[in-house]
Amino acid sequence: MNQETLENKLIVFTVNENEYAISVEQVGSIERVLSITRVPSAPPHVKGVINLRGVITPVIDLKSKLHNESTEYTEQTRILIVHLETITIGLLVDGASDVVDIQRDQVEAPPETVHSNLLDYINGVVRLPKRLLTLLDINRLLYGTEQQEIRQE
Amino acid sequence: MDTSQYLTMFVDESMENVETLYEQLLELENNPTDKSIIEQIFRAAHTLKGMSATMNYSQLADLTHTVENVFDAIRYDRITVQADIMDYLLETVDYMNEMVEDIANGGDGARDVSRLVSILKEIEQGEFVGESSSDEISQAELAATSTDLHLDEFQLAILSESKDQDYQSVQINVTLSEDCLLKGVRAFMVFDILEKAGEVIHTEPPVDDIEEENFDSGFTVVLITEETAEELEAKLYKVSEVEEVNVAPFSVNEYTEEQVESTTNEEVKKVEEKKETKSKNNAQAPQAVASQTIRVDLDRLDTLMNLFEELVTDRGRLEQISSELKNPDLEETVERMTRVSSDLQNIILTMRMVPISTVFNRFPRMIRQLARDLDKEVEIEIIGAETELDRTVIDEIGDPLVHLIRNAIDHGIEMPDERAENGKNTTGKITLEAYHSGNHVFIEISDNGAGINRDKITEIAINKGVITAEEAEALTDQQAYELILASGFSTNKEISDVSGRGVGLDVVKTTIESLGGSISIDATPSEGSVFSIQLPLTLSIISVLLVELETEKYAIPLSSIIEATIIHRDDIYSSHEHKVIDFRGNVVPLSDLRVMFDVERNQDAEDEYVSIVIVRKGNKLTGLIVDSFIGQQEVVLKSLGDYLTNIFAISGATIIGDGEVALIIDTNALIM
Repeated sequence: MNQETLENKLIVFTVNENEYAISVEQVGSIERVLSITRVPSAPPHVKGVINLRGVITPVIDLKSKLHNESTEYTEQTRILIVHLETITIGLLVDGASDVVDIQRDQVEAPPETVHSNLLDYINGVVRLPKRLLTLLDINRLLYGTEQQEIRQE
Repeated sequence: MDTSQYLTMFVDESMENVETLYEQLLELENNPTDKSIIEQIFRAAHTLKGMSATMNYSQLADLTHTVENVFDAIRYDRITVQADIMDYLLETVDYMNEMVEDIANGGDGARDVSRLVSILKEIEQGEFVGESSSDEISQAELAATSTDLHLDEFQLAILSESKDQDYQSVQINVTLSEDCLLKGVRAFMVFDILEKAGEVIHTEPPVDDIEEENFDSGFTVVLITEETAEELEAKLYKVSEVEEVNVAPFSVNEYTEEQVESTTNEEVKKVEEKKETKSKNNAQAPQAVASQTIRVDLDRLDTLMNLFEELVTDRGRLEQISSELKNPDLEETVERMTRVSSDLQNIILTMRMVPISTVFNRFPRMIRQLARDLDKEVEIEIIGAETELDRTVIDEIGDPLVHLIRNAIDHGIEMPDERAENGKNTTGKITLEAYHSGNHVFIEISDNGAGINRDKITEIAINKGVITAEEAEALTDQQAYELILASGFSTNKEISDVSGRGVGLDVVKTTIESLGGSISIDATPSEGSVFSIQLPLTLSIISVLLVELETEKYAIPLSSIIEATIIHRDDIYSSHEHKVIDFRGNVVPLSDLRVMFDVERNQDAEDEYVSIVIVRKGNKLTGLIVDSFIGQQEVVLKSLGDYLTNIFAISGATIIGDGEVALIIDTNALIM
């Protein structure tokens, strides 16, 4: 598999019945829900930390970050392990089951209907037959607005 | 030649060699005649030179080359060690240090070394001191004079015989150019020519070494030949990369005379040395037996540690399964595995331990320099440099110690005349001591200076608003001294070059506390002061008390716990709206961890008995209310990662037996 095709593979996951996607390159693994230890006085969207094969990994509740609700655990609930430049982090999602191939030109600007506070974290959308995938920018999701909040504190 | 792959190794080893140079130079200053020290310096300089030449850092090589020559001269008593020579030598090593650091940071290690090189050359040639005998051959390249040759009886016999048969004996010094890459090959070509011209009687170093390139840049050959010196020289210069050839007639008679002379000299010296060592008794530390070592990347050790931690977690599970199954064979195997893995844990931990001498060693030089800058006389004593600490702690503790030592010299030690007035020895003394005690390492920095003036300290603290006058009254002496560690406190009005630097000692305190340690100060007016630092042995494995808050598990480091106790609800009092208890005659405030950590309460019914962990920070105690104690355990401290930083009262996390994560409480944040 060459770099070109790898870049265009997306992992699709659901949060609140919306379909989101991130590049397969960023995803280290997809885990069933492990026991999560709550971290007191952490930001509200931080669900806690897990033991990911010996490494303490923070878990972010995407539903609380994107939709201000907290995730209810079901059989389908998964933790996406995402590697960013310096950190590894888990994303709690309602389900992750699909990998899609897209072409770069299939990415469009987000439609007007997307909630404004989401716009900060979105790279664009991909229209597929009967589906709409929202491309998330994890870096901005983690550090974008939050960094400023911490500084203000 | 591509040398980049060797760069890390080069930098590591060079730093070690520079360190050795510093150490041994200071040592030499105290024992200027100790040959073993000179040998060590010579060897370190030699290695450094060889490596830097190979790595194409020519200036570093030049500088070390001249140092090496100086020590060659000292070694053979052509010059003697004197204070002003020491200054230049130390300055040279400073230069080397800078160059190596520059290389480590990606630079080219280039510095203007010409001034030092020329001074060193003067020193080496004895011109600097002006008392070296003039007939001594001065150029280092020609250091291999006939006295350096070690001919045996048989060789001498051949030489004198050949002389009788009208062959001439010559001594040939061949120097290859510094950047010569295939020294062995060039040497072989030289030998090829020489063997055609006559018979090689002796070489220095031995032929085997020359073949294996175990020589610097030159070697010496004694040859019996019919050819003239000019002919030989001309032939040898045809070999490429031969920089210099020197052919001189060799006289057996002269050689034997010189040998006799130098052996008697040496014998006399040996007798003298023996006397000296006897009189010094055990001033000289016994030579450590070099153990075999290999270098291991710290990352690999960390990985090993992580893997081991997983093993421990799995072991916990196995133990649980085996106790349920009650199969004797399984139980026995698991028990054995437990024993083996705890041995393994000890080994892995000790692998990460480094003697504190790696930090201490740079202080003598620093103190020497500082004392000079301040016109003070200070000597240093180091005790327990072999005390071992985890690598991670070692890396962090250097700067705080530097700060404290600077402070001790700047503020502690008085000027020599002031000391004389008070009937003290004009030379002040700073003692650095490290020792193990329990699960901790203690480092004490004591000086025999003026001590700390309590009144002055409290006055400044009040002026700067650190405390109020009433509070100052109530302080014990020790608490008052510790005010100098408070933020916003600095006794020097002007920022002094030495201990000022715009930051106070509060930085020291913060760093030490962030390492899980503590610092305390004691002082006696006009007798001196003692700064004691207490540090955990390792940052990676700690003993904790596991406690439960409802269903959540937390770990409290044992090092901060005074006692875990269960008291009756009726024994809790209220004072100024704070819950307090009477703990062995002290009033101790309580803090409910379940409230601090927003733990969801499942049961509203208050228990009749309350579990309390008494923790300490300095002299202050606080009782932490928990639901129940689980037990004591050794755990591996892990960080929460870069994303979750500055979480209130949590210093990290650990993985406990069942594979779950338990957070480690930073009790310092909870003590008011």
